[in-house]
Amino acid sequence: MKKWCFLLPLSVLALGLVLPGCGQKSAETAAADDAVIKVGEYASLTGKEAAFGQSSHKGTELAIEELNTQGGVLGKKFKLISEDNQSKSDETANISHKLISRDKVVALLGEVASGRSLIAAPICQENHIPMISPSSTNPKVTEVGDYIFRVCFTDPFQGKLLANFAKKSLKATKVALLTDVAAPYSVGLASFFKEPFLANGGTIVAEQKFSSGDKDFKAQLTAIKAGNPDAIFVPGYYTEAALISQQARQLGITVPLFGGDGWEAPELIEIGGKAVEGTYYSTHYSAEDSSPVVQEFVKKYRAKFKGETPDAMAALGYDSALVLADAIKRAGTTDGPKVRDALAATKDFVGITGKTTLDAARNATKGAVIMTIKDGKFKYVETINP
Amino acid sequence: MTEFLQQLINGLSLGAIYALIALGYTMVYGVLRFINFAHSDIFMVGAFAGYYLGHYLPAENLGCGLLILAGAMLICALLGMTIERLAYRPLRNRSKLNVLITAIGVSLLLENAGQFFFGAKSKAYPSLFPVHNFTSAGGIVLSSNQLAVFIVAILLLVGLQFIVLRTRIGTAMRAVSFNHIASSLVGINNDVVISFTFGLGSALAAAGGILYSVNYQAIDPLMGVLPGLKAFVAAVLGGIGNIPGAALGGLLLGVIETFVNGSRYSTYTDAIAFALLILILLFRPAGLLGKLQVEKV
Repeated sequence: MKKWCFLLPLSVLALGLVLPGCGQKSAETAAADDAVIKVGEYASLTGKEAAFGQSSHKGTELAIEELNTQGGVLGKKFKLISEDNQSKSDETANISHKLISRDKVVALLGEVASGRSLIAAPICQENHIPMISPSSTNPKVTEVGDYIFRVCFTDPFQGKLLANFAKKSLKATKVALLTDVAAPYSVGLASFFKEPFLANGGTIVAEQKFSSGDKDFKAQLTAIKAGNPDAIFVPGYYTEAALISQQARQLGITVPLFGGDGWEAPELIEIGGKAVEGTYYSTHYSAEDSSPVVQEFVKKYRAKFKGETPDAMAALGYDSALVLADAIKRAGTTDGPKVRDALAATKDFVGITGKTTLDAARNATKGAVIMTIKDGKFKYVETINP
Repeated sequence: MTEFLQQLINGLSLGAIYALIALGYTMVYGVLRFINFAHSDIFMVGAFAGYYLGHYLPAENLGCGLLILAGAMLICALLGMTIERLAYRPLRNRSKLNVLITAIGVSLLLENAGQFFFGAKSKAYPSLFPVHNFTSAGGIVLSSNQLAVFIVAILLLVGLQFIVLRTRIGTAMRAVSFNHIASSLVGINNDVVISFTFGLGSALAAAGGILYSVNYQAIDPLMGVLPGLKAFVAAVLGGIGNIPGAALGGLLLGVIETFVNGSRYSTYTDAIAFALLILILLFRPAGLLGKLQVEKV
């Protein structure tokens, strides 16, 4: 698909050069180009957060396909232009520039990781192109400017919820923290957990750090073990979370581990195996939710992607595209500033992950679910509303 | 005290892996006087060879585990020899810089080919060896995989010292390292010796790759980059070109890194590892066990 985006204009150009008499042909293609609404997506389709990127991308793809079968909006169909940033920051900047200046997209969707959303956000803001992040939870993302939106909850909410969960459900008063200092998401979530947890009378017995991509956590875990915590909070991504769980169990640490929405990926169980049994994390949605909207979505997703069950990232990727389409419809145009205004006015939009209302800070306020791992499967525990 | 001993065990098992990789750097440097930057990616290929071989044999079986280890070492030995034959030998009589840049090119080729063929996602590593945790009275834990790292590392080190010091090919290796023109004059086939050195070094990297993966249980095509750099530091730390030096450097680096990681300053682990390299080079340019050689002009 990607290749065609380059090849098509090129071959049209070549045709125009070879056959000067057929000049209308390229004009027709240009008109055809105008007849679609181009939506850019930058995603981590390969690399470390590939599991997230792929899920989110599939969700978005499904949404665009559905919108098109319903006839699109404003009489035009959508065209999704997806680019892979390989889970890298520098690639993200290149791709966002390319999507905006060369492909002339009307809006950008992305990304799962807050760190990379923070790279693309200033570029979108500068070019007055609305950007919707499906699942970046760090509050700084939407603080970049008034063109940046998100359809998921933020880390201050998630941190508070996890602090309550640790206190009430895990009955933990002494918690150890193991933070990924190379990921803004992790650093943010750790501090948003710490504040309410300390305010509720909890104590942090050990605070250890690592960097994304590390494989050896035994040193940090040995130090944590010496602090004798009731539970260990690991606000990181699934690869490290799985390795940390394994090495913790190897070192004879038996207390529960828990984390945020960065944990949810099949790789957590694949890599973590038995070690992740009985760990907890918070996320945006559960496929076990019995509401008809969710069940309908799960059915369609399974039909399209060989029986795969959509995770939270897929659901948010889906919602992000629908929220954008809804805003374009209400704006009646694809003009950047007008779409922005329409996005800012989004209220009670019913999606897969609940009702989306974008507040003055361009964040969505919605509930969260707590999940656990039992018998090698993700299990729904409870839903917590704001 | 328990914490100290536990960290020491963690550090030594990490260090033993660094040592195995560092040996490959040091041997090639000893014979050819150049740094084979593709070595860290052979480490990665070794891990993946073990991963794919592991699908054909039962898991958690000592015999099969050793068979996989031997198989991966063989595959990487052949790969190392092929790389030497195709990429480095044509440049043997050119300036050292050409070979060095080629080595970086080979490294990038292996990394990107790895992402293409194996996929860029992290993969869960199968348990090749039986897993058992030994727990002492004080709560110190030693896993069977960590034990395997020590045993394999020591066996390979002893074997390597034996090959280099006691066998004909080892004598030839030392002769080529000493003076490659004189060695060819006395009838040593330099090509064979250099090929053998690459094979041996790459086999050790494969062993390091598998031991690393059974301990940390996730692999990806870029997994070699950081351990490779650290092992390079370890080799320089111990005195590059010196086999016991590489082992000592690896262990030292592993232990230091682990203790820093377990302290409040864990963010600075890599900074400390590389600052150490600079310091050593300032005060002992030849490394801890290296002897300074006078360059003849």
